[in-house]
Amino acid sequence: MDYFLELFFGGLTRGSIYALIALGYTMVYGIIELINFAHGEIYMIGAFTGLIVAGVLTALGFPEASILVIALICAVIWSASYGYTVEKIGYKPLRGAQRLSPLISAIGMSIFLQNYVMLAQTPDFLPFPALTPQFDFMKPYSAVMNSSELVIVVATIAVCVGLTLFIKYTKLGKAMRATAQNRKMAMLVGVNVDMVISATFVIGSSLAAVGGVLIASHIGQINYFIGFIAGIKAFTAAVLGGIGSIPGAMLGALVLGLTEAFATGYVSSDYEDVFAFCLLVLILIFRPAGIMGKEKTQKV
Amino acid sequence: MSNPVLNVKAVDKDFGGIRALDDVDLVVHQKEIVALIGPNGAGKTTFFNCITGIYAPTSGDVLVDPKATGDPVRVNGKKPNKVTELGMARTFQNIRLFPSMTALENVMIGTHCRTKSAVFGAITRCKATRNEEQAVIDRSYELLKLVGLDQYVNETSANMPYGKQRRLEIARALATDPFLLLLDEPAAGMNPQETHDLEKLIVDLRDRFDIAIMLIEHDMKMVMSMSDRIYVLDYGRMIADGTPREVAENPAVIKAYLGESDDD
Amino acid sequence: MNNTLNETGHQGALRLLLSAGCHSIPHALRKSAMVAAWFAFLTFPILVIKVNTIENTVAWRWENMLAIAVATFFGSYVWRWLLARKEIKRDEAKRESVAERLLTKVQSHPILKLAGLAAIAIPAVLYPQVFDLYQTNIMVSCLVFIVLGLGLNIVVGLAGLLDLGYVAFYAVGAYAYALCNLHWGIGFWTMLPLGAALGTIMGVILGFPVLRLRGDYLAIVTLGFGEIIRLVLENWGDVTKGPSGISNIARPEFFGMKLTIAQSTMYMYYIMLGLLVLTIFCVSRLQHSRIGRAWLALREDEIACQAMGIDKVKTKLLAFALGATWAGMAGVVFAARTTFINPASFTFWESAMILSIVVIGGMGSIRGVIAGAIILILVPEYLREFSEFRMLLFGAIMVMVMVFRPQGLISAKRKIYTYKGTSEAGSGQ
Ligand SMILES: Nc1ncnc2c1ncn2[C@@H]1O[C@H](COP(=O)(O)OP(=O)(O)OP(=O)(O)O)[C@@H](O)[C@H]1O
Ligand SMILES: [Mg+2]
Repeated sequence: MDYFLELFFGGLTRGSIYALIALGYTMVYGIIELINFAHGEIYMIGAFTGLIVAGVLTALGFPEASILVIALICAVIWSASYGYTVEKIGYKPLRGAQRLSPLISAIGMSIFLQNYVMLAQTPDFLPFPALTPQFDFMKPYSAVMNSSELVIVVATIAVCVGLTLFIKYTKLGKAMRATAQNRKMAMLVGVNVDMVISATFVIGSSLAAVGGVLIASHIGQINYFIGFIAGIKAFTAAVLGGIGSIPGAMLGALVLGLTEAFATGYVSSDYEDVFAFCLLVLILIFRPAGIMGKEKTQKV
Repeated sequence: MSNPVLNVKAVDKDFGGIRALDDVDLVVHQKEIVALIGPNGAGKTTFFNCITGIYAPTSGDVLVDPKATGDPVRVNGKKPNKVTELGMARTFQNIRLFPSMTALENVMIGTHCRTKSAVFGAITRCKATRNEEQAVIDRSYELLKLVGLDQYVNETSANMPYGKQRRLEIARALATDPFLLLLDEPAAGMNPQETHDLEKLIVDLRDRFDIAIMLIEHDMKMVMSMSDRIYVLDYGRMIADGTPREVAENPAVIKAYLGESDDD
Repeated sequence: MNNTLNETGHQGALRLLLSAGCHSIPHALRKSAMVAAWFAFLTFPILVIKVNTIENTVAWRWENMLAIAVATFFGSYVWRWLLARKEIKRDEAKRESVAERLLTKVQSHPILKLAGLAAIAIPAVLYPQVFDLYQTNIMVSCLVFIVLGLGLNIVVGLAGLLDLGYVAFYAVGAYAYALCNLHWGIGFWTMLPLGAALGTIMGVILGFPVLRLRGDYLAIVTLGFGEIIRLVLENWGDVTKGPSGISNIARPEFFGMKLTIAQSTMYMYYIMLGLLVLTIFCVSRLQHSRIGRAWLALREDEIACQAMGIDKVKTKLLAFALGATWAGMAGVVFAARTTFINPASFTFWESAMILSIVVIGGMGSIRGVIAGAIILILVPEYLREFSEFRMLLFGAIMVMVMVFRPQGLISAKRKIYTYKGTSEAGSGQ
C-alpha cells in the first residue's frame, strides 16, 4: 500500500509539473494555433535563473526562507521576458505565413535556446540546492510523500485556480478568450490582439518558470537539456486533455503523471519515456481532440 | 422519364444543434441544367458538401447513377475523391485553387483520377507514361482554351484575375471527366457582361460534353434564363421546385425572398 | 512605409540601413538602444552570472553583457533593415534571384547545360584523387546528408508533411545492416536494397496510422516515433547491445577483395556519389510527374485536392514511404562507413539537422537541398573553432530563414510544360 501511495504522490507531483508547463502550450495553441516548441526551453531557463539567483543569494548570505521566494520571482520575471522576446522575434513576423513556417521557427528557437544556455553556463549537470523547506508535520508521512512534493502540488493547485479565475473574470482574460475564439472578430471589436498574444506568452512562460524552479529543487540537479523531454511530455498532456482547453491541460497532465508513475513503478523504469510517447501517439491517432477538446469541422 | 443521374432522398445534416439541411429531396437527370437557389445561409453549400463527400449527411440517401441505367450507387460517407471518381465534380464558393501552381497544372490535377502512371512510370518515364503525360497536357490545354484562358496557361493561379480564377475552377472540375458538374456561385463577383459570357459557356459545356450541370446562384436573371429546373431551399428545407416559371410564381418562394429582401 | 524607401542609389540604401523601419535616424538610434538595453537585461542572469553551487562561489562576467549590448544594438539595425526590405521586395521575393535566373538560363541551353554538368561532374569524380583521406571522409558524410536531405525533401518539401522523426528510418537501415552483418554475415551490396525496402515498409507501417493527422500533430507524432525507436535501441540491450552500440561492421567489398582503409574510403565516396546521382535522378523525375503534382496540390489545399479526386492518405503515404526508402538506404551506407553505430547517432538533433538542410536550402528544390547540405555540413567542418557554436547557429539560421526568406536559399521552380499547337510553348516566361 505504501508503495502504491508513494507512486501515487510521485505521479501527482509529476502531473503538477506537467500541468504548469502544459498550460503554456495550451494557451498559446488556443490563441495562435502554434505548437510553441520553444516552451520547454523557457521552463529550462526558468530553472537556470532560479539556480543562479539562489546561488548568488546563498553566497551573499541571505536567509534560507527568503531565497526560494526571490529565486521564484526572478525566474518568473526572466522566463516571462524570454517568452515575450521569443514571440516577438520568432513568431510575430510570421503571422499569416504558411502553417509550417512558425513551427519550424519554433524548432529553431528551441535549438538556439538550448545551445545558448549550454554555452553560457555548462553542458554538465548542475546540482540544484534544495530550496523548499522541510515541514515537521510531514515527517510521519515521509515514506509516501515529502515536503517538496507537497509544496509542488499545493503551488500548482493555487496557480491553476488563480489562472482559471483570471481567465474568467479579468478584462485581459476575457480578451484572451475572445481572441482564441475568433481573432478577426476580436480585433474588430477593439481587442488589441498583439497585446493579448504577448500576454499569453508572458503568462505561459511564468507558469513554466514556477514549474522549473520547483521541480529542479525537488530533483536536485538540472542541465540545459531538461526542457526538451519535459516540453514534449507537457505537450502530450495538453493534447491528452484537449489542446486549447485549460482545464483539459490540467486533467491531461494529471493523467499522464499518474500513468507514468505507475507504469515505471509496476512495469519497467527503462521505458519511462516510451510510455509517454506511446500514449501521445495513441491519443493523437484515436482521439485527436483529447479528453475535453471538441472536434472542429472545417468550413468549406 | 429516364432514370436520374443524381437522386437525393430525405437528406438531413446537423451541425451540433443546428439543422442545416432538413429532409431534402432532389433529382437531376442527364443533360439537365438545374439551379439551386435560396437566401443566404439556406444550406445550399452544405448541400453540395453533403453530396460530394466533404461532409457526411446525418441521415438520408445520396444515390448516383452516372450512366442512368437504373442501378444507382449510394455515396453517403464515401470520401470526396471517391465521389469525384464516380463522376461528380465541383467548384467552390470561395475559390480553392492551388495558388502557387500554374493554370495548366491546376487543370492537370483534375485529370489525376483518370490517369494512372505511378512511381515506376514516373522514374523510368517509360513510353506509356510519356504518352499519358502528353495527353494530359494537351487535354488540359484544350480545356483552358475552351473556358477562354489560353493566355494564362503558364500563369500561377494566384496571379490571375478573380473572374478568370472562377473559370479556371470550372476547367479543373471538367478535367475530372464528370457526368455532373456542380458549380457553387460561379458568377459571384462578376459584372453583367462577364455573367452573360459565363452563362453562354455553361450552356455550351452542357451541349459539348453532354453532361448535367447543377449550379447554386444568386443572380436570378441568369438562373431564370438558363435552367431547366429550379430548386428552392430555405432554412434547410426544400420549399419549392419546378420550371423557372413555376418557381417564380410560387407564393412560398416569393415569401421566402421578400421576407429576406434578397436579390430581385 | 516611409519616404526614404523610395530613394535609390547608395545614399538611399545607406539611409535605409540607418533608419530602417523608423521615421528618422534619431528614432532608429533610440530604438536600437532600447533593444540593446532589453537584451542586456534579458541575458543578464544566464550570460553574466555563473555560480558554483557546491563551493558557493559566484563569477561575474560583465564583458558578456557589453558584448551582447553592442551586438544587439547593431543587430537590431540589420533586423529592421531586413524586415523593411522584405516588405519592399514582397513581390520580387516570389520571383527568382539573379543567380537563379542565371542557372535557369544555363539549363535551358543544351551546350551550356552540358558544360555546366561537366564543370560539376569532373571535380566531383576527381575529388578523392586530389584531396587526402580526411577531406574525402568529410565529403562522404556530406554526400550522405545530401541524400538524406533529398529524401526528406520528398516528404517535407514536396508533400508538405513535417516529419520530425526522419532519423528513425535512418536508424532502421543502419541497425538492420549492422545486425544482419553481425549475425549472418550479410554483405553491404545485398543489404543496400534490403535496407531501402525495410525503410519503405517501416514508412508504410508508421505512416498509415498517423497520416490522417493534421500538419502540426503529425510533426509531434513523428517526433514521438523517432524517440521511441531510439529509446528501444538504447534499452533493448539483448538485441541492439544498448547504448554501447555495435562495432566491427563490415565495409563494402570490392568484387571480393579486401580494401585498405584509404581505398575503402575512396570506394565509399564513389558509392555515395553514385547513390546521389541516382537520388537526384529519381527525385527530379518524381517531382515533375503526376505524383509530384499531386503532392504539391495536397500541400496547397487538401480539401480542393480531395475534391479533384486525389486520395489523400494514399498520396501522403507514398511520399512518406519514399522518403523512408532513402533514409533506410543512407542508414546502410552510414553503418558501413563508420563500422560502428550506437543510438547516440540517431537523436532528434539529427532529424532537426536534416530538416534544417531542407528548410534552409529551399523546400522542394533539389539544388536548394544540395546547397543547404553543403553549407550546413561542410562549413562547420572547416570552421572547427566554431563547432561548438554550430547548433546555436543552426537554430538562429532556422528562425531567420523562416522570418526573412521562407522559401529558402534557392526556391523551387514551376515547370513549364509544352503543349501542342501554339507558338508560346517552351521555356518562355
Ligand atoms: N462546418 C459547419 N459547422 C457549423 N455550421 C455550419 C458549417 N457549415 C455551414 N454551417 C451552417 O449551416 C448553415 C448553412 O450554410 P451554407 O454555407 O450551406 O449556406 P448557403 O446557402 O451556401 O449560403 P450562402 O448563399 O451565403 O453561400 C449556416 O447557418 C451555416 O452557418
Ligand atoms: Mg454557399
